[in-house]
Amino acid sequence: MADDKYFSLEIISPERTFYKGEASFVELTTSEGEVGIYKNHVPMTNVIVPGIVTIHEADGIKEAAVHSGFMVILQDSIKIMAEVAEWPDEIDENRANEAKIRAERRLKEGGAGVDMLRAEAALKRSLTRLHLVGK
Amino acid sequence: MASMRDIKRRQTSVQSTGQITKAMKLVSTVKLQKARGRAENTKPYFDGMYSTVASILARSGNIKHRFLKADTENKKKAVIVITSNRGLAGGYNSNVVKLITNNPEFSKENTVIYTVGRKGQEALLRKGYTVAKDYSECVEEPIYSDAMEMSRDVLNAFAEGEIGEIYLAYTFFKNTVSHIPTIKKLLPVSVDEYELTEEEKKIPMNFEPDEEEVLDMIIPKYISSLIFGGLVEAVASENGARMQAMDSATSNAEDMIASLSLMYNRARQGSITQELTEIIAGANAI
Repeated sequence: MADDKYFSLEIISPERTFYKGEASFVELTTSEGEVGIYKNHVPMTNVIVPGIVTIHEADGIKEAAVHSGFMVILQDSIKIMAEVAEWPDEIDENRANEAKIRAERRLKEGGAGVDMLRAEAALKRSLTRLHLVGK
Repeated sequence: MASMRDIKRRQTSVQSTGQITKAMKLVSTVKLQKARGRAENTKPYFDGMYSTVASILARSGNIKHRFLKADTENKKKAVIVITSNRGLAGGYNSNVVKLITNNPEFSKENTVIYTVGRKGQEALLRKGYTVAKDYSECVEEPIYSDAMEMSRDVLNAFAEGEIGEIYLAYTFFKNTVSHIPTIKKLLPVSVDEYELTEEEKKIPMNFEPDEEEVLDMIIPKYISSLIFGGLVEAVASENGARMQAMDSATSNAEDMIASLSLMYNRARQGSITQELTEIIAGANAI
């Protein structure tokens, strides 16, 4: 039975239900590194860091950028709660590029008054966006 | 009896007020549709967040975490109060303010207020409350980053020990005609009423990196999502309340116009009768 390998996947952002469907395999980046999940995974709650989510559906592969959130894996379903989720065509490349340059400058300057963690997070976000668009 | 001219003048003024309230009603109806759509779109996130946090807490039993521990000793209470920037919305603003002023738990001395919406801010300042910060500019069209900023501010104050509890006061949008002023406790997180389903109980949940770090990460997001949900619902309620208020104002204006035109016609008839009597009396005298 081919249907058996599919599990239900939901990606929810504050503004909308971003994605809802059946997938056989999903890849994303957690705080512990990149992971790929098939059906019947051990139940787990993970923290997501900015990265690309790759959804393997029955008819093709979809990619989206997800920034900060967490996911709950159950055996036959995965729920991803993301603060920001975007499809490639929703990303403004120029803006992402500017944000990247800005964040890099701030990191280089360093010193007082610069929130390093925030600048780093901004850099990660912009890199994720550029990476997704650049493909 | 008032003169015909006075009645006429009053009638025109009521009429133009009625036109204004009617236009305002139409505007808030449109805004309500939009706000309600947004509120419905945010619902899945809001609900998902709540059930996740609740099930994590229920499942992992008695975890010790700084966000879960009540620390009420000599600590102030923080309340985020969501009202509107503009009035003419019936009891919308004052009902939310009353939640705080009528509750003895929130006395002026031990409460710090974070306001969203100028009306609530003005009312609470007048009553002598301390307003720590105001975010009124975002109440027209709240975006998620507003909620993130607010939750960051209150959590910082919480982490530094300035406040021991955090509440959210807003108007819950039940449906178009019923809006319920609500006060909700955000921190320490309390989800006692949540019951795990049988299925959920069977599955042991793993946490990566570990429980504490996951909670550290999730709880601020949970707070932001609650604040965001509150903001979006409050906007819908505001427009619903304004729509109702303007609707009744318009129908009041119509009633007044009806009774004024009755008075006007009576006055006109009276003056005609009087004129006739005068003419006849004059003709008889000749």
